[in-house]
Amino acid sequence: MLEFLIVTIIKTAVVLAIVLTHVALTTLAERKIIGRAQARYGPMEVGPHGILQPLADFIKIFFKEDIVPAQADKFLFRVAPLIVLVFSIVNLTVIPFTHGFILADLNVGLLFILAMASISVYGVILAGWASNSRYSFLGGIRSASQVLSYEIALGLSLAGVVLMAGSLKLSDIVIAQQKSVFGIYAIPQIIGFFVFVVSAFAETNRAPFDLPEAETELVAGYLTEYSAFRYAAFFLGEYVAMYVMASLCSLCFLGGWTVPNYVLSILPFLDKIPGIIWFAIKVYAFIFLYIWVRATFPRYRFDQLLSLGWKVLIPLGIVNILITAFLKRFV
Amino acid sequence: MAPLILFTYFATVIVSSAVIAITRKNLVHSLLWILLMFIHLGGIYLLLNAEFLAMVQIIVYAGAILVMFIFTIFLLNLKEEIKESVFIRSWGARLYAVLLLLFSVFIGIFTYEKQYTGPYSIDYIVKHGHTKTIGIVLFNEYLLPLIILGFILLVPLIGVGLASLRRKINGTS
Repeated sequence: MLEFLIVTIIKTAVVLAIVLTHVALTTLAERKIIGRAQARYGPMEVGPHGILQPLADFIKIFFKEDIVPAQADKFLFRVAPLIVLVFSIVNLTVIPFTHGFILADLNVGLLFILAMASISVYGVILAGWASNSRYSFLGGIRSASQVLSYEIALGLSLAGVVLMAGSLKLSDIVIAQQKSVFGIYAIPQIIGFFVFVVSAFAETNRAPFDLPEAETELVAGYLTEYSAFRYAAFFLGEYVAMYVMASLCSLCFLGGWTVPNYVLSILPFLDKIPGIIWFAIKVYAFIFLYIWVRATFPRYRFDQLLSLGWKVLIPLGIVNILITAFLKRFV
Repeated sequence: MAPLILFTYFATVIVSSAVIAITRKNLVHSLLWILLMFIHLGGIYLLLNAEFLAMVQIIVYAGAILVMFIFTIFLLNLKEEIKESVFIRSWGARLYAVLLLLFSVFIGIFTYEKQYTGPYSIDYIVKHGHTKTIGIVLFNEYLLPLIILGFILLVPLIGVGLASLRRKINGTS
């Protein structure tokens, strides 16, 4: 019992350290890639090619003055960033990084991620409400209704995966995927994959659905009154959520740590590469997509965003479930 | 021993947060106490090895219904605290509430069975898994009630769609 506890604590610390390092380096990668997309270098001053920029940002943001507005609901104002951060990080427990390496292999791992995502919405709502500012309040309501609407589309796209794999356990989904004809679910469920990718962007408040960044309308949305490490907590939560969504995409649609069998039969030496590398490659590809889209697409207007969610993605998700059920039953 | 401690914790938090929720004067605060209650209710389901129900409890109640309540409060702009007393004045209503509570407590006491007998015993659930058992029972034994429930939920959905459609037409004409 004690041994199990110690091993779990060590595993948790390792996962947390790796993910937080990745988050720090992702902020640098994002600035570099967007810089290249706009034909400039990005950060170059701190360290060789700006490699120490995340450290400089970290030091700067943690030594800024922490401001709590006088008219704010003080307790909720302080708690809101923690809700977002904690309920994003907690999702890392159910993600299988490679065969057998998982902190807690829940029978309902997929539902767990959806449940935690639905609770972290409260962080956004409360941040907007507790700030006691018009901009924050409107921004909070808009972001919350965005996340809530796209959560339905996300759930529908994942329902197709669950139906095909016959399990809610993430490791079972990966194994069922490897045994299937195509090896990855992105091919038979191309509609579901599309719905998932778009909803994942909206779910994590990223471009082209990044309403808090729309300065001309909302200043900074629910983040308007936040500064210093409370702002950093929201920021960290957003990036961890990005990694969770990328991992979920990799596990549910791209085969997780496995390679499709038909690829292995052509290139047998690929079997030698450990599973964690495959998983990492798929996650990095998705993160790169996040950044690429941010550099390329203009922002959606709020009404366009909601009608895209309700009138396009949710019907597509339902069509995907119907097709999947048909394939599962008759093919 | 550990389940007992956990149950005590969950039960205490559920009861006390429910009491705190109905005595708050700020509606947003009271909704947050209800959120705490819903999450701990999920914990009770986990203790009963009903992991699917626990997650659905959090997704549906905490993630959807309570958010709708919060949005309603925001839309009605009830930001000011309620000035009235939190207690009911009428003695009849007080008596009624007490009798109702007593009734539910007695129902709980008299229908309690330590040894459950029936086809879906604990061994059966352990063998097949909780989620699968729910699916089998729901889609075989209770298929007709399930379909009827689906229709009942579909009717307000269509109603809401029609109401907003009519308002849109009136607004433009």
